[in-house]
Amino acid sequence: MVELNKENFEAEVLQSKGITFVDFWSEKCEPCMALMPEVLKFVEKNAGRAKFCKLDTANNKRLAISQRVMGLPTLVFYKDGEKVFTFDPAAIDAGGIAAVQAKLDELV
Amino acid sequence: MSDIYDILIVGAGPGGMAAGIYGSRARLKTAIIDKGKPGGQASTTTEMENYPGFFRETTGPGVMGEFEAHAAQFGTVFLKGNVKDVSLEGEVKTVTTANGDTYRARTVILAPGAEPRVLGVPGEGKLRGKGVSYCATCDADFFEELDIVVVGSGDAAIEEALYLTKFVESVTVIVIHDEGVLDCNKRSAEKAFAHPKFRWVWNSVLEEIQGDEMVEGAVVKNIRTGEKQTLEVNGVFIFIGSQPKTEFLKGKIDLDQWGYIPTSERMETNVPGVYAVGDVRVKYLRQVVTAAADGAIAAVAAEKYLEGHVEGRLTREDIEKLTIGS
Repeated sequence: MVELNKENFEAEVLQSKGITFVDFWSEKCEPCMALMPEVLKFVEKNAGRAKFCKLDTANNKRLAISQRVMGLPTLVFYKDGEKVFTFDPAAIDAGGIAAVQAKLDELV
Repeated sequence: MSDIYDILIVGAGPGGMAAGIYGSRARLKTAIIDKGKPGGQASTTTEMENYPGFFRETTGPGVMGEFEAHAAQFGTVFLKGNVKDVSLEGEVKTVTTANGDTYRARTVILAPGAEPRVLGVPGEGKLRGKGVSYCATCDADFFEELDIVVVGSGDAAIEEALYLTKFVESVTVIVIHDEGVLDCNKRSAEKAFAHPKFRWVWNSVLEEIQGDEMVEGAVVKNIRTGEKQTLEVNGVFIFIGSQPKTEFLKGKIDLDQWGYIPTSERMETNVPGVYAVGDVRVKYLRQVVTAAADGAIAAVAAEKYLEGHVEGRLTREDIEKLTIGS
């Protein structure tokens, strides 16, 4: 997964063509840490179908807020640099990674 | 499908892990299944100073890590899965995950816990993850030098508000009670009253959360006067108690009108060989220490139940031969 930060976010996400997936997480967020193994499995399974990135919000708080993310964990799909779908903490809790897989299948 | 566990525990919070410790230490084949990292709700709170023996700079995740290591050391197996269905009748019970994995066991200890209760006011759902939060440790970073409100006055509300003061500019606590009356423990109340970052709005409830893409304001109503005011804040943290995670148990065991599981003093549910522990139970005090006690009792009750079944009834080998071709 591409590690995002304020230097590369523009190029890797906003200027990127096709589908980009971003996992907003932080080490202090236990639900994020619990979700991480499933996200990694999801990324492995779908390799090549989209660009997969993660953003550690602990060091990139302003960047996360600029993307309207103020709660963790949050998973966002971008298409051609535009935000097209956001899984907020409640949506992740309710649908799990299966819902994220379904959304990716719908988008690609 | 292969093994039949003696005890299968659903949920790896403190209740489930204490049951794991007692079960595996009794040399029973014991497993715990959970969708996430072991620890349950306790691992989302940093301030934890009331679990006996742990008081030197301990945190929720810290104590839960010790529980996990303790259970694993005695041989408890940790399984990963989001339990969606259970079949609890009969000698062999089954537990099925969202991925379709099925596990079998002779006794089941239900420890699914509870989750934060939502308030149900306008704006709350739409702005979740955009300033509305139920997890201070998850989201505190985003609110550095911002103004926030906390709704609630129980232990969780005041303790999490105290944690949030390390980040935010100010915390305004919205309390339904008269001035000076909080539901939390006295020690936390004293700390909060003495803290310069705290503001208080008494006799009031949160009516609406405003904002389009982010939280911009909180509409608060005084329940005595009916007067409304809008607080300019960027964060709303809601700690108004919990609701049991028992959706998957409806129709399978008895639940009370709020969805909690009634049990006997031995943690027995209405189904033989099925127990419930921790926050999911009908009980007086929901804490790590009481969850752990529940777990110990349930594991011992399960052990006695299994002994009853071994003597004069079906042995594990008999069950292996009799059940579901696997």
